[in-house]
Amino acid sequence: MSTATHDTKREAPAKPTTPVGKAADYLDQRTSIGVAVKEFARKVFPDHWSFMLGEIALFSFVVLIASGFFLTMFFEPSMALTTYEGEHPANMHGQLMSVAFASTLDMSFEVRGGLLMRQIHHWSALIFMASIVVHMMRVFFTGAFRKPRELNWIVGLVLMILGLAAGFSGYSLPDDVLSGNGLRITDGVIKSIPVIGSFMSYLVFGGEFPGHHIVPRLFTIHIFVVPGILLALIALHLFLMVLQKHTQYPGGGRTDKNVVGYPAAPVYVAKMTGNFFIVAGVLTLMGATMAINNVWNYGPFDPSPVSAGAQPDWYMLFLEGSLRLMPGQGTEWVIGGFTLPLNVLVPAVVIPGILFTFLFVYPFLEARVTGDDKEHHVLDRPRNKPVRTGLGVGFLTAFIILALAGSNDLIATHFGLSINSITWVFRFLLFVGPVFAYYITKRICLGLQRKDRELVLHGHESGRIVRFANGEYIEVHTPLDEQERWLRVNYEAPAPLAIAPKTDARGVKRKGYGSDKRWQGLSRFFYEDRVEPVTPAEVEAAHSHGEHDELTGSERQTVEAGVGTTSQEH
Amino acid sequence: MKALAARRHHRLAPVVLLLLALLTTGGVYAALAPSTANAETVSTADIETGKKLFQANCATCHGANAEGTDGVPSLVGVGAAAVDFQVSTGRMPMQMSGPQARAKPAQFNEEQTAALAAYVASLGAGPAIPTDEQVDATQGDPSNGMALFRTNCAMCHNAVGAGGALSEGKFAPALWETSERNIYQAMLTGPQSMPVFNDANITPEEKRDIVSFLVEQREGSAGGNALGALGPVSEGLWAFVIGLGLLIGAAVWIGAKSS
Repeated sequence: MSTATHDTKREAPAKPTTPVGKAADYLDQRTSIGVAVKEFARKVFPDHWSFMLGEIALFSFVVLIASGFFLTMFFEPSMALTTYEGEHPANMHGQLMSVAFASTLDMSFEVRGGLLMRQIHHWSALIFMASIVVHMMRVFFTGAFRKPRELNWIVGLVLMILGLAAGFSGYSLPDDVLSGNGLRITDGVIKSIPVIGSFMSYLVFGGEFPGHHIVPRLFTIHIFVVPGILLALIALHLFLMVLQKHTQYPGGGRTDKNVVGYPAAPVYVAKMTGNFFIVAGVLTLMGATMAINNVWNYGPFDPSPVSAGAQPDWYMLFLEGSLRLMPGQGTEWVIGGFTLPLNVLVPAVVIPGILFTFLFVYPFLEARVTGDDKEHHVLDRPRNKPVRTGLGVGFLTAFIILALAGSNDLIATHFGLSINSITWVFRFLLFVGPVFAYYITKRICLGLQRKDRELVLHGHESGRIVRFANGEYIEVHTPLDEQERWLRVNYEAPAPLAIAPKTDARGVKRKGYGSDKRWQGLSRFFYEDRVEPVTPAEVEAAHSHGEHDELTGSERQTVEAGVGTTSQEH
Repeated sequence: MKALAARRHHRLAPVVLLLLALLTTGGVYAALAPSTANAETVSTADIETGKKLFQANCATCHGANAEGTDGVPSLVGVGAAAVDFQVSTGRMPMQMSGPQARAKPAQFNEEQTAALAAYVASLGAGPAIPTDEQVDATQGDPSNGMALFRTNCAMCHNAVGAGGALSEGKFAPALWETSERNIYQAMLTGPQSMPVFNDANITPEEKRDIVSFLVEQREGSAGGNALGALGPVSEGLWAFVIGLGLLIGAAVWIGAKSS
């Protein structure tokens, strides 16, 4: 349509002849949409595979909406009791269950394509959350959350939390034993909150757990409230992305003032369409071949049974692990007749609170300790911000350890280990692992930066050993080309904050010095260890260092970094 | 006698007395209780063969007369079902000590196992080996079996019998490969960490329903590959490995095109 609009614009007097052209002209005369289409079609986006991770999340969401729409046609969110009369599955025939569970079975075994749709929906939910997390990792490690994108990072975080809410509410709808166990844990977590806990629980469940209201309530949340807010925030997320322009990876010619890439139409329209079909195809393939959440394995909800291997979906597994790691004895305090269940409160409220607070605060914290209020549109290479990369890896380590702790029984059975030992190891690892991971990652980053410096100053080792007439052996180094060098020298290595002295000229203690001092301390933690980028002067020095046997001189713009190379090569 | 008198105030004396009392009660009960009808006719020759096999292979730990030794249970009164279960699944003779005896290829053939079972059964009455009809899955009701399984068994064996972890390296094994007879015998005799589900607790018909439910699970899932029937953890793992793996692979491919 966009091309058609262009044509009508360019050849103003000529009337469009094709049906598409006519339709576009009709629309354009009434809405002037051609201007917007032209603008958007020419919008330039930088190209990199990692920029498609968010797209995967977006397209899984589209698949979620489509398959979820199908499921609502058949699902009955009611906790009224019924006896299942269906023949399949045989192990459910004649059992007493809620209408919600019966309609889930009916949808899976009687409705044509119903089971496929259910499985596509569930796999899409897992992939939706997985791609969001991987997308967040890309944004975090490349520093794409820096000004002006801090707000979009917050929008993204809220999207992730809404994704958790959507997953959790949908997971509980079929009213099976496994999801009921999850609800029971939720009930326990709500009740662990001091003072208001038990009132909150009664409010949420409409009385004592499980009650008769939770499934219809979660249904409304799952198909109306959460997807509605998700849609609105996704629109805002994308709008901000277009408005602020996409970030780009560092490279020759890429600055904070330009965007290097291809126009949206036709290149990205084609790529995005292709990617959409790939995502939809993979999700359908998974739904068709891999069983997921076969609720009839667990049976209709009954508060008494809990089967071995009862876990939530992967994105909630860290909470499960946190609960499993918390020692139970001595952590439930009774104060003046009121129970303070720290054994639930700490793992289920405090620990996720810490994790999410880190994510919310980090962009602002980093900007503050960097003393940075510039706009950034060129991404960082993770190695060039060693502390940020280290903190990110430490955070992921904590998350993964918690998720593994949530799977401790499966680790025990599949690797022939003792579940008690695993739990103890994870208890220590939760505290030691992230620190260790942070330290190792930071050292690796610094090492890579030094390697970059070395390369810029001295070039690639070519493997050619040359002997001079005087008997001296040297290895020939080939200099880096411009693109390679640009990538390695164009970054900032901020120094810790400099602050005003403690006292003013007349020796009076300055207000706010203590606060400044603390910020400086944090800033030191971030930027004390750093590898400065190679300056032109240093390159020059390395170049002239090689001049003692440089004979022909270099006509190239590039600086000869290899020691005495050119003369030997000629 | 004097030594005995001197030790009568020992702090373990009540324990010893209690054990003796229990042993007496148990012994009397075992002698008087009606023994389960055993369809197979057991000849004295079998018992003799069994005794020889026992003394050659089992007596080191269980004692020359199966009376048990320190930390090793007596086999008097465990019945043929227990012997058949332990020996036919290869758990006994035990390969090595550990948190629990692992299943392995059976060390004795059917005849030898039957002889061993006959010998141990001759020591004192106990549960007999179930008949083929008692373990016939086709005669059971899987729906009732499901209800019983999830109330009594799923907390250790997983919802569909995929197995689960117990404390200190012990585990409830997966039941995919376990024969119908062995499943029934396990309920009847409660091997290792497993509790005994006697016929008053779960009737023989109900046991058959459970067997029927478990056999039905072997047909796989209507939804495709069951991924080990382990629940959300394995689903999450495969979502990352297959789903995200393919999608990121495709993204790299799309990103590589034209740039």
